Amino acid sequence: MPLSSSAIRANLLLLRGGGGLFVSSRLASSAVLSTRPYKLHKLESGPASEAQVTSDEARKYYRDMATVRRMETAAGNLYKEKAIRGFCHLYSGQEACCVGMEAVLDRNDPVITAYRAHGWTYTRGVPVKAVLSELTGRASGCAKGKGGSMHMYNHNFYGGNGIVGAQVPLGAGIAFAQKYREDKRVCVTLYGDGAANQGQVFEAFNMAKLWDLPCIFVCENNKYGMGTAVERAAASTAYYTRGDYIPGLWVDAMDVITVREATRFAKDWCLSGKGPILLEMETYRYHGHSMSDPGTSYRTREEVQSMRQMRDPIASFRQTLLTAELVAEEELKEIDQSVRKEVDEAVQAAKTNAVPDPKELYTNVYSQPPSGQPNYRIRGIDQFTWSAN
Amino acid sequence: LKLPIASLLLGGSCRSLAARLGPVCLDAASFSRRRLSFGPQFVYTPESADKSLGETSRMNLFQAVTSALDNTLANDPSAVVFGEDVAFGGVFRCTVGLKDKYGKDRVFNTPLSEQGIVGFAIGHAVAGATTVAEIQFGDYIFPAFDQIANEASKYRYRSGNHFNCGSLTVRAPIGAVGHGALYHSQSPEGFFAHLPGIKVVIPRGPIQAKGLLLACINDPDPCFYFEPKILYRSAVEDVPVNGYVLPIGKAEVLIEGSDVHVLREVARLAQSELGVSCELIDMRTILPFDEETVYASVCKTGRCLIAHEAPLTGGFGAELAASVQEHCFLNLEAPVRRVAGHDTPFPHIFENFYLPISAAAWPPSKISLVIELASNWTGWCSERLVYLFSASTSVL
Repeated sequence: MPLSSSAIRANLLLLRGGGGLFVSSRLASSAVLSTRPYKLHKLESGPASEAQVTSDEARKYYRDMATVRRMETAAGNLYKEKAIRGFCHLYSGQEACCVGMEAVLDRNDPVITAYRAHGWTYTRGVPVKAVLSELTGRASGCAKGKGGSMHMYNHNFYGGNGIVGAQVPLGAGIAFAQKYREDKRVCVTLYGDGAANQGQVFEAFNMAKLWDLPCIFVCENNKYGMGTAVERAAASTAYYTRGDYIPGLWVDAMDVITVREATRFAKDWCLSGKGPILLEMETYRYHGHSMSDPGTSYRTREEVQSMRQMRDPIASFRQTLLTAELVAEEELKEIDQSVRKEVDEAVQAAKTNAVPDPKELYTNVYSQPPSGQPNYRIRGIDQFTWSAN
Repeated sequence: LKLPIASLLLGGSCRSLAARLGPVCLDAASFSRRRLSFGPQFVYTPESADKSLGETSRMNLFQAVTSALDNTLANDPSAVVFGEDVAFGGVFRCTVGLKDKYGKDRVFNTPLSEQGIVGFAIGHAVAGATTVAEIQFGDYIFPAFDQIANEASKYRYRSGNHFNCGSLTVRAPIGAVGHGALYHSQSPEGFFAHLPGIKVVIPRGPIQAKGLLLACINDPDPCFYFEPKILYRSAVEDVPVNGYVLPIGKAEVLIEGSDVHVLREVARLAQSELGVSCELIDMRTILPFDEETVYASVCKTGRCLIAHEAPLTGGFGAELAASVQEHCFLNLEAPVRRVAGHDTPFPHIFENFYLPISAAAWPPSKISLVIELASNWTGWCSERLVYLFSASTSVL
């Protein structure tokens, strides 16, 4: 019987030998990992308590989470160097959420989120270089440098939205379009614990349930709305129940496999015509709300440190993989190094690439100049305004 | 596109300067280069308070706001202050210390719900309490716009004066700050100027801020008080510690002059470089705006230049321009001009290109700036002028 590729790889590792290697001839090609417990709201049963994970998948999830983490760290450093200005909301600590969900979604499932979007931008297929260039306002950025941190887009990734909660009705609308076109897709609409108190979110819930929209509402609850702890903002912090008539699932989103199985469950739910579902991803952000917030005036350093040490999604996944003998430690180190290299190159590009042409100030306000005004110009008070397209 | 500027200059003083300097040509590429090479640099010119107002203390704009709120909470037992993050002091530190001094029943946080905040505030005011609500950024006020347009502004009118929400004041920071991008830089006063029944006020500095805010709080009609966020730290003056009010609905003439209305730095430049004397008016109240002062001034000088950060089309400058030309037509020597933002969303990285740039940031090309400025008075389009000298949205 021919050896599987992972078994061959394992043997090659042995051949390479060397001290310090995690030497095992039993690196598995797949393993069954358990998920962390869920909480259910108006659901008879929930996602699976175990999941099969192949070593290829494991490597991919690890790599994606490590990339997001390093990319966010790089963005933070660029901000401190003033290469990035304006607002920058970092996703560090929440990587398992975007990577775990994306593991089940495909590129045809639309996603819309709020401003803490860099992680999602990456998992939606925008290379690190384009994310960092967008942050530094270069023409090679994914929104041509015109959007910045909060407005990153890609195919089937509707941003990147600055106004809290405004993206939720948009997500319901996108889901409606999917249903109308019989696309067999789900729309993932993310919002935070702060946005969960916005009226328009409930308006979207009502429409989604009334019309059975294939919409997965996801509340990324990182415990703080800017500087306000959830208990001080919400009469009910059980965000997964606040869809009321919409079934809900509470997910420990510091574990990528737990997130993945929850998303699988949710996607199946929506695609079987049962209407919307609400996932609460309980997660944590290590940095402050944005780069102008140190993140320690409303929570203790001990709290942040203890989350980093005990519940970090990347470290715990790494441990899980090593224990399950799915991936060798050396490979994980290689992944780390390759990620570091990729991000370093992206940082260089983000610092040196060209800025957009000033003409871009005036483009894309409308789709094209109005047909009745062939000499249309964007109005302004200097003599060099350009036409609308 | 090359445009010989000097040849378009008219008027005695301008012509002589042009003759001295020779023709200055401008093309699109060099225009762009020059604009992009300067970031917005803002220099605030402090004023001093009337001696009769008593003891003063050095305060910047956010401290002046805190002082006004402190006076209000001390003297009016029904007064409450609330908004997002207001209790710890606010994201711009406008409410620092107030919760500790007056208690969390009177100074408290709301959840993240602008429509809820303003609706709740209107109700509270209708019930008779002095209510000061904060919207964290003017850019976020739009979910509350229905409450403002359909409830606050119409309450007295629709109830035949049976009820009103006059004890309501809503504060919000507005305007560009250098890195705010699309959603932290907007100037929405134009939208509110269109609502009969409310008042819209914008201060230009700390002394003005405190007096105008206290006036808004005491005003018997709902007031919307927009604070130019660039001034929070950069504008520092000696502000009277006791309460005092400044009149709402009254513009203030800052520099008396005979030739044209123009912003302060440009006014100085115009005087020193071109011998043109300018009268500078701070509107202070956008709605209802002080027609008398404005018309008297334009009739005297014959030329009018209006500046604001908000986009040109439909901005408040349009209302002023229309009113000025209607009332002062026979006294006008040149068309009324507006200096305003472009008709685009407030850009992310193009901010220094979009905004009026301070003349002080252009020392090498000051002369050409002034020439371009002068050409404006002949009715020909020119460079954007002074960046937010004060609240340029309110400066005529």
